[in-house]
Amino acid sequence: MADNIEEERFPGHPLLPYILILPSVAVIVVFLVVPFLQSVIGSFFRSTAFGTKTVYVGLDNYTRLLTASDYHNSAIATLLFAGFVMVVGLAVSLAIAHLLNQKIRGLGFYQVAFIWTYAISPAAAGAIWALMFAPSTGIVPFIVAALSGGYLLNWMTNGPLALLVVSIAATWNMLGYNIVFFLAGLQNIPEEFIDSARVDGAGPWRTFWDITFPMLSPTTTFLLFVNMIYAFFQVFGLIDIMTHGGPGDATNILIYKLYRDAFLYLDSGAASAQSIIVFVVISMAAVVQLRFATRRAIYAR
Amino acid sequence: MASRLWKEGASHVVLITLVLIITFPVIYALIVSTLTYQQAYEFPPRLIPGTELWPNVLEAWERINMGRVFFVTGVVSAGTAVVKIVLSLMAAFAYTHFKFRGRALLFPLTMITQMLPLPVRILPTFEMMASFHWINTYSALTFPFFASTTGILLFRQFYMTVPRDLSDAARVDGAGPLRYFIQILIPLSRTNIAALFVIEFIFMWSQYLWPLIVTTTADMRMMQIGIKMLIATDQIAPAWNVIMAGTIVAMLPPLLVLMLFRKSFAEGIAMQSQK
Repeated sequence: MADNIEEERFPGHPLLPYILILPSVAVIVVFLVVPFLQSVIGSFFRSTAFGTKTVYVGLDNYTRLLTASDYHNSAIATLLFAGFVMVVGLAVSLAIAHLLNQKIRGLGFYQVAFIWTYAISPAAAGAIWALMFAPSTGIVPFIVAALSGGYLLNWMTNGPLALLVVSIAATWNMLGYNIVFFLAGLQNIPEEFIDSARVDGAGPWRTFWDITFPMLSPTTTFLLFVNMIYAFFQVFGLIDIMTHGGPGDATNILIYKLYRDAFLYLDSGAASAQSIIVFVVISMAAVVQLRFATRRAIYAR
Repeated sequence: MASRLWKEGASHVVLITLVLIITFPVIYALIVSTLTYQQAYEFPPRLIPGTELWPNVLEAWERINMGRVFFVTGVVSAGTAVVKIVLSLMAAFAYTHFKFRGRALLFPLTMITQMLPLPVRILPTFEMMASFHWINTYSALTFPFFASTTGILLFRQFYMTVPRDLSDAARVDGAGPLRYFIQILIPLSRTNIAALFVIEFIFMWSQYLWPLIVTTTADMRMMQIGIKMLIATDQIAPAWNVIMAGTIVAMLPPLLVLMLFRKSFAEGIAMQSQK
């Protein structure tokens, strides 16, 4: 990738490029690569009962995790949650971006009105949605009760409902970001393509699926990846504010379980193994994403 | 013509409805932040703003010592964003303007950050902070975030489109590489710099898990932990009016940054989507 520069633009400065790159490389090696390798090593060890020393256990941390039902639950909750955020979130965002991508007055106003929610942190989003759904006093339970003739919606005692509520909150949290990128992607599709499809007699629905959607695929792939990272990791604050992983383990997604095993139950072997498993998943997604979106800069977080 | 107008009118109706639906949770939070504690528990929920906004903000402010929290979070967010931008500019300049041994090896290394988010190295990184005696310091809150694949790729992409004539002209005029970099290339990059600043500032302002682990004292508390503490203080019947007042105040700085650099942010993203 770095080899499309034919010659040096400033010959005769052999040391300068190394000096320029040194700070970035130093940070990456010290704070990323070394701790990551330690995670790999740590995943093969386990602390003894009193935490005084660690013993080599081979792949035991992995086999214990992969056969434990609470890990399965956590993985399934994560997949449902991330799937909701990625599919529903991107579909809604693309629909809104598509509506915005026309010659319409007040486009600037709408852009701001949709984008500004990007500045809301997951924790703040969690607090706001906890209020919206607050049992017996929140506005959503009120509306549900009014429409259903008295059904009392309490997500704090209903696992599947809790997972749905945090999924809605997280999806809402990402809308602004997704809309910005979709709109930018849509605006870069040359109008000739759309026009020629129209001339050929394709309706708006056909035009969208045959022309617009395929041409957007770099943006879509990129956003799928960013939303996955969000749903896997950044959503931690939202979960911690809203549910603490509960009720039961209904919203105990992988990052929350990892945090608890590492810092509350001090099970460093299991925590390291969990880190490596998410690393494998994320790397595969990153490779797919890079394949699709080569030559695009990435606004990952 | 008439049908066109009608169509645009319909679009406006749909779009305004969507804006209202998406903004509603924040509007509702704003309304609750103006109520008294009793009003916040009225049923049916009260949708008429009250007069208690300022007392609620003051109460939230005092409960979590928000002045200090603002200061710490502001320093961490702005500082990290600036360091990330500087490091990315430097690395991108090296990758696009020089040929050097090991470049083919170093470039993938600097791209690796994307695959190594904090959770895949969280325990050893925490232990490293502890061994450096960095718990409850700015160093722990910032250093592990300084690497930026995003930034390097962003500036590299842009520098590859800068015509060679520009650096040749600078060289003919007797400018060295650093002078060219600082006086010509960096000013040309300002849209991308602003876009990256928005992204990184908001990213750092929103940090939750890492500050939760590496800070324990009130005087190093970051904003998201402050929100957590506002809620955690009374679990059974939360003072939603105070919590919402605090949450809304906590949202203002990233919102301000986004609005200030809104144009550059949108342009920076549009520029990248073209490739």
